[in-house]
Amino acid sequence: MTVVVKAQQLTSVRAGRTLFADLDVQVEAGGVLHVEGPNGAGKSTLLRILAGLLTPQRGQVDLFGQPAAADLEQWQRRLLFIGHKAAVKSELTALENLDLQACFDGATVADPWQLLETVGLLGLEDIPAQQLSAGQQRRIALARLWYSPAPLWILDEPFTALDQAGIELLQQRFAEHSAAGGTLILTSHQPLSWQPPQLKHLRVEVVS
Amino acid sequence: MNRASTWALVKILMRRDLKVALRRRSDIVNPLLFVIMVVSLFPLAVGPGPDVLGRIAAGVIWVTALLAALLGSERLFRDDYLDGSLEQMTLLPVPLPVLALAKIFVHWLLSGLPLVILTPLTALLLKLPVEGWSTLLLTLLLGTPVLSALTAIGAALTVSLGRGGALLSLLLLPLFIPLLIFAAAAVEGALVGAPVVGQVVLLAGLMVLTLTLAPLAVAGAIRVSVN
Amino acid sequence: MWRWLHPYAKGEATYRLLGRWLPWLTGSAVLTLAVGLIWGLLYAPPDYQQGDSYRIIYIHVPAAIFSMGTYTAMAIAALIALVWQIRTAEWAIAAIAPVGAVLTFIALFTGAVWGKPMWGTWWEWDARLTSELILLFLYLGVIALYHAFSDSRTGAKAAGILALVGVVNVPIIHYSVYWWNSLHQGATITKFEKPSMATSMLIPLLICLLGFALMTAAFVCQRLRNEILRQELHRSWVQQELDQ
Repeated sequence: MTVVVKAQQLTSVRAGRTLFADLDVQVEAGGVLHVEGPNGAGKSTLLRILAGLLTPQRGQVDLFGQPAAADLEQWQRRLLFIGHKAAVKSELTALENLDLQACFDGATVADPWQLLETVGLLGLEDIPAQQLSAGQQRRIALARLWYSPAPLWILDEPFTALDQAGIELLQQRFAEHSAAGGTLILTSHQPLSWQPPQLKHLRVEVVS
Repeated sequence: MNRASTWALVKILMRRDLKVALRRRSDIVNPLLFVIMVVSLFPLAVGPGPDVLGRIAAGVIWVTALLAALLGSERLFRDDYLDGSLEQMTLLPVPLPVLALAKIFVHWLLSGLPLVILTPLTALLLKLPVEGWSTLLLTLLLGTPVLSALTAIGAALTVSLGRGGALLSLLLLPLFIPLLIFAAAAVEGALVGAPVVGQVVLLAGLMVLTLTLAPLAVAGAIRVSVN
Repeated sequence: MWRWLHPYAKGEATYRLLGRWLPWLTGSAVLTLAVGLIWGLLYAPPDYQQGDSYRIIYIHVPAAIFSMGTYTAMAIAALIALVWQIRTAEWAIAAIAPVGAVLTFIALFTGAVWGKPMWGTWWEWDARLTSELILLFLYLGVIALYHAFSDSRTGAKAAGILALVGVVNVPIIHYSVYWWNSLHQGATITKFEKPSMATSMLIPLLICLLGFALMTAAFVCQRLRNEILRQELHRSWVQQELDQ
């Protein structure tokens, strides 16, 4: 099985505080890694390091067998990262946002209306995003998961602001992605109801 | 895998920025109104005689342009930073300086170009003699991209602070000075019938230099701010 | 244990190294400055045109020269900090900037004071003074930006980028201001055109230059040490150091 993410001896220090040290992470194609831990333990920092947004103080991250420095562009082409902020433009409508996101992801959405219905935004497509609720804005961002061609997803707290139905829907999508050989790394505070055999857990603790 | 080409992604970025800007037209119009208002304060302050006004016209228009550039600069990356678009921008498979240059270009389209178009009106209000008009237009055309580029550096450095304002003017105004000197001097030269080719070439050189180096500084500043 | 092992421990080594240099730098700076200033202010011959008022060059000229030099040093530190991610260099930016700003202020102040007997005014838009003024703004920008961030690492990186942008601009600003000055004042003879400075005046000036260089280095050293202590306050070696 090909190794998609391999990180060795990651150490991160933020604002003079050690978040984690000598952390090893390895995820294979089709694998799912659930990063758990209390607030402030460095879950987001770890995900940002794996996504190449942050450089660790020590250690190295290889994606698809290549270090970040080797070919950043190839990294970025195979990676989908969704952080705390939805990157939804509040002036634009849901449909326009979806369209732009898809273009940025290098994807074509065959049937945008179908997608809107899937993510539960049908009927809200021509309302500027600033008038939508936090959960609805989040759904716009998460719609990327339905068309993204990236084999690796890194999602920081994807369930935030979503209702129960939304969370279930998202987990179904995770299962499809994994079944198609895609890889997933996520953080969340609630346990997943979807428990596939390839699910691994990684716990980061607050270091005192 | 994302197979979009660099140019396609840059085009989408510019399309998005233009679309967003056109939804909030007041952000484009207000700095222009500011320019017209400041310009019309001068005759009230120093008297409407053409001799005084005509002499200071080029300098006033340029100083006003600098202030207008500062006025809108905070917005350049603020929204992108707050809604997470800036973070997604750093994840696009395009070198960040290229994206920074695209942002600078869009900013110029929305703030610099309107200022150039407004020049006949401001020149008229300040009674700038006709001999200076073409040179003033030319200096603004060459100088406003420099303003946009330098502004982008300042905006990218301060975007995560939440309160750019006075700090931003402290960072940017000293950097604007060479531009102000060369541009105002060129127009002044044109008014007395001196050749202005030298100053114009200098301004063009300044523009090329700034547009080459500024995207690198903006990219570095964005990376610092996003973390 | 790994907490103390990760590569940050360099701060301590730098601190100790600077500690060894500091007494020598301070001592030689005090000595050289004393010799240079006493010689320059008391024993050098008076100028045949300006009388005794020229003596301010023994402070003005070194301050002006090192205000520029310090900016370059800061930009080099910034480059090292940004390219190689060396923390000591980040702290150096913070340590150098205020020293440079003070030198610039001294140059401006002495220039203005000199202007009174020379031009009969406290402020003249002379090219050198104007460019010192703009340099002061550049310094203040770097300092303000550094302090605007609550996280000193981010602050140092941002200030570093600004210092690099500034150092590209300094020659352009310098040139533009000189050109602007010549445009507006015709061929005024600037006070620095001294084609034939008497050796008896020049030697104390050179000594003062050396003295200012040593003094600047000593101040930067001390400030860098303070900065290291402040940034590494939670580390055990600092605690031991402070307990002594």
